[in-house]
Amino acid sequence: MSTVDTVAHARATPDVEQPYGELGLRSDEYHRIRDILGRRPTTAELAMYSVMWSEHCSYKSSKVHLRRFGDLPRSEALLVGIGENAGVVDVGDGYAVTFKVESHNHPSYVEPYQGAATGVGGIVRDILTMGARPVAVMDSLRFGRADAPDTARVLPGVVAGVGGYGNCLGLPNIGGELLFDECYAGNPLVNALCVGVMRHEDVHLARAEGAGNTVVLFGARTGGDGIGGVSVLASETFDEHGPAKRPSVQVGDPFTEKLLIEACLELFAQDLVTGIQDLGGAGLSCATSELASAGTGGMHVDLDRVPLRDPTLTPAEILMSESQERMCAIVEPGKVEAFLAVCARWDVLATVVGEVTDGDRLTVDWHGQRIVDVPPRTVAHEGPVYDRPMRRPADLDDLQADDPAALPRPETPEQLAAHWLAVVASPDGADKTWVTEQYDRYVRGNTVLAHPDDAGLVRIDEDSSRGIALALDGNGRYARLDPYAGTQLNLAEAYRNVAVSGAWPLAVTNCLNFGSPEEPEVMWQFAEAVRGLADGCRELGLPVTGGNVSLYNQTGDVAINPTPVVGVLGVHDDVRRRVPTGWRAAGETVLLLGVTRPELGGSAWASVAHGHLGGRPPAVDLAAERSLGELLAALGREGVVTSAHDLADGGLAQALAESALRYGTGATLALGEDPFTALFSESAARAVVTTTDPEAVRVTAEWAGVPVTELGTTGGDRLAVEGVAELPLAELRAAWSATLPALFGTPEATVGSVPAGTVPTS
Amino acid sequence: MRIGVVTFPGSLDDVDAARAVRLAGAEAVALWHADHDLRGVDAVVLPGGFSYGDYLRAGAIAARAPMMADVVDRARRGMPVLGICNGFQVLCEAGLLPGALTRNGHLHFRNRDQALRVERADTAWTNAYEPGQEVVVPVKNGEGRYVAAPADLDRLEGEGLVAVRYAGGNPNGSLRDIAGVSSADGRVVGLMPHPEHAVEDLTGPSTDGLGFFTSVLTAVVAA
Repeated sequence: MSTVDTVAHARATPDVEQPYGELGLRSDEYHRIRDILGRRPTTAELAMYSVMWSEHCSYKSSKVHLRRFGDLPRSEALLVGIGENAGVVDVGDGYAVTFKVESHNHPSYVEPYQGAATGVGGIVRDILTMGARPVAVMDSLRFGRADAPDTARVLPGVVAGVGGYGNCLGLPNIGGELLFDECYAGNPLVNALCVGVMRHEDVHLARAEGAGNTVVLFGARTGGDGIGGVSVLASETFDEHGPAKRPSVQVGDPFTEKLLIEACLELFAQDLVTGIQDLGGAGLSCATSELASAGTGGMHVDLDRVPLRDPTLTPAEILMSESQERMCAIVEPGKVEAFLAVCARWDVLATVVGEVTDGDRLTVDWHGQRIVDVPPRTVAHEGPVYDRPMRRPADLDDLQADDPAALPRPETPEQLAAHWLAVVASPDGADKTWVTEQYDRYVRGNTVLAHPDDAGLVRIDEDSSRGIALALDGNGRYARLDPYAGTQLNLAEAYRNVAVSGAWPLAVTNCLNFGSPEEPEVMWQFAEAVRGLADGCRELGLPVTGGNVSLYNQTGDVAINPTPVVGVLGVHDDVRRRVPTGWRAAGETVLLLGVTRPELGGSAWASVAHGHLGGRPPAVDLAAERSLGELLAALGREGVVTSAHDLADGGLAQALAESALRYGTGATLALGEDPFTALFSESAARAVVTTTDPEAVRVTAEWAGVPVTELGTTGGDRLAVEGVAELPLAELRAAWSATLPALFGTPEATVGSVPAGTVPTS
Repeated sequence: MRIGVVTFPGSLDDVDAARAVRLAGAEAVALWHADHDLRGVDAVVLPGGFSYGDYLRAGAIAARAPMMADVVDRARRGMPVLGICNGFQVLCEAGLLPGALTRNGHLHFRNRDQALRVERADTAWTNAYEPGQEVVVPVKNGEGRYVAAPADLDRLEGEGLVAVRYAGGNPNGSLRDIAGVSSADGRVVGLMPHPEHAVEDLTGPSTDGLGFFTSVLTAVVAA
């Protein structure tokens, strides 16, 4: 065995040079660690601080801005707020729901399958840690241009990874997004959401309390995967015969995670857990320091007891390893035997590795030698905080002045139809079945709505038919043009998507994907987005229950478009009254709810027809969104609408096409004097509904203060719009559904079979 | 009537199978892979999922679980057994049904609402249907391509052991569009599609799948 860098050794050798720079720590951060400890850190301590003080774990650039979310008025629905693994929301009847979205962008670019798979695995463990049974996942994906060669490398692997992991866990995938833009070429965005359900009394927190309680590590063995910079440590400071450079992308094993889920739920049910934390980013360093820091006292861990996949790992590597499918629990000594028995029943490896102590130090021993002795709060919660310089992007004025109103417009009926077809068949607008067919939407038997519906809807109680709705939306184009308004538009869209299903929006989560915080212009975009989201949530009366920040999404010095992805959770008292998105029957009246203005800034039309991004995004009117939400909820309750579809990217053109293609029912419509604006404007706070009782809808809409415009009647095998050349559904469907298979491979012909979700569910 | 649903490590659709059993009017009884106790059930469902993570081969390890020794023994004496998806793979690995399931031809996991034709309506699990009846139930798998040697396929066809066939498109490249097969006595049936996901209007593409679970009630009473 090589010499271990103990605390005593560190004290005796203050001048040893340490590779803090290679580990991502700045010189002043390194010196702060020395000040905290009153000596140089040991190699293991340096490893812990370096991963925990990373941007990913410490939120050091974003923290000063994220406080805005904590300042929102306390919501009665919020049972557990920001700061825990995931927020918990009261959805009635004693049920609580926890949900969160997280990024796994960089790993997915390096190794698409495993990167995406472990992204799902990580967010599922966050939800499990709160005490909830995970019940569904969603994914929000962004790639470079759809026809770029690297997109063909990354996308299929990411989709297979999201599916491979989620399918094997038995979690239905109920929706998400798939969008393309050049700005994501070297930096795809892979954001995964998980939602879980529990009873109020089952909420668990990540706290190490009660001196003498046992620390149990359970799940997979610890291996060398997911260690990034620490290999530098290994080669420079430790045993030169140790492990070589390891892949820094973790490798997932969903089978082990499935066992971990079932074992954890049984442990919770038998009340065998005092505190619990999953091992994700920064692995054991994170779990032990956070548990201890959030608890009452100290903690001691005997690191040599950790079961290893690779016996040559050094202590620092064990502390930093991000091997997947591991959890850490605090267990009363009298319950350890029962705890281990439950794990054994599920073939889950569980090992006592330490105990909660009286003091206020986190200590770690390696074969009896002290290698870590730190105040845990300084590792987990008192990392550096930066209020970085901000500057409005220099090009923003020019960008906003470049109004798409000046772009050439289609004028003839034929041109209008051609543009309509182009928007719908563009990679962003096209049928996503090629992707969603790779996801299990049915498992657990509670999926009421899923993609391509606007929101996912899951039944949580089979007796009462209570359910929850979720939507996940982002629009980087809007946010690029105006991050404050753009983020509010994302919030509004997710809110609207939940509302069209008939659910009532309750809470918000978010994943903020931005470029480098060291660029003042990116930092300004970030601050504006957070301010926009916080102000929007205040106006809509929704709490932010948690979220995730992903920075440094850029290639060279070119940042991605600021891409806040917003998730909204809603509750549905009776999912049997859900409102689907497609048209089923002929002879129903098509109504547009809301007001259409000539708003084309950041629109799909400008992007598809002209490759244009400029102007201002559509106006935000959250009061109108709220009225529309109240109206849609009321219409759902009254059962007077047969379908509802939100209007967002691609405006009415996209919504009409999707509504018609869902069950193959066309319509004859008149859109007024300016069919171009009617089709392609992306004015917010709008939805299109169908009904057999237009008068009833009008009465309720008047009560809600939402303008109603009659567009026409459903029926036929084409979209026949006055002033626009007729679009036969067969032609529309051929264009809409051919795009993704043509780009990403056509499996063997399956002509005539029914894509999931296209058969009426009642 | 008591119908057992076996949970292996990695079983996923066990809750769905149990729900389908209840909706059909029977009592669902949870059976644990490591036990040797069939708890007095009249029939058994092996549910979908990824038992043992599909390690080695899908269904290969589960086929050797303690509970399977009891299931195989009782099945050989006429107890109805239904294997769905991973359960079908387990039945093939356990030697109760002929053939094997391999990686889908297109190499993707595929989930869609699938039309099926009931070829044999006299098995313990399909007698609620008319011969030739078309139903729509979800299919979802990555390794659902049914294969067997040509001579075996001819024998299966000749003896009428093809229970259900894909109609209107083959989702995974299964030979002769075979979606499910039965034992010679019609008591053991395995299929890749998921009838347990088509038992409620609210959550399924149809309620066509319920017939598999009501069929066995008749079969057990008749036996």
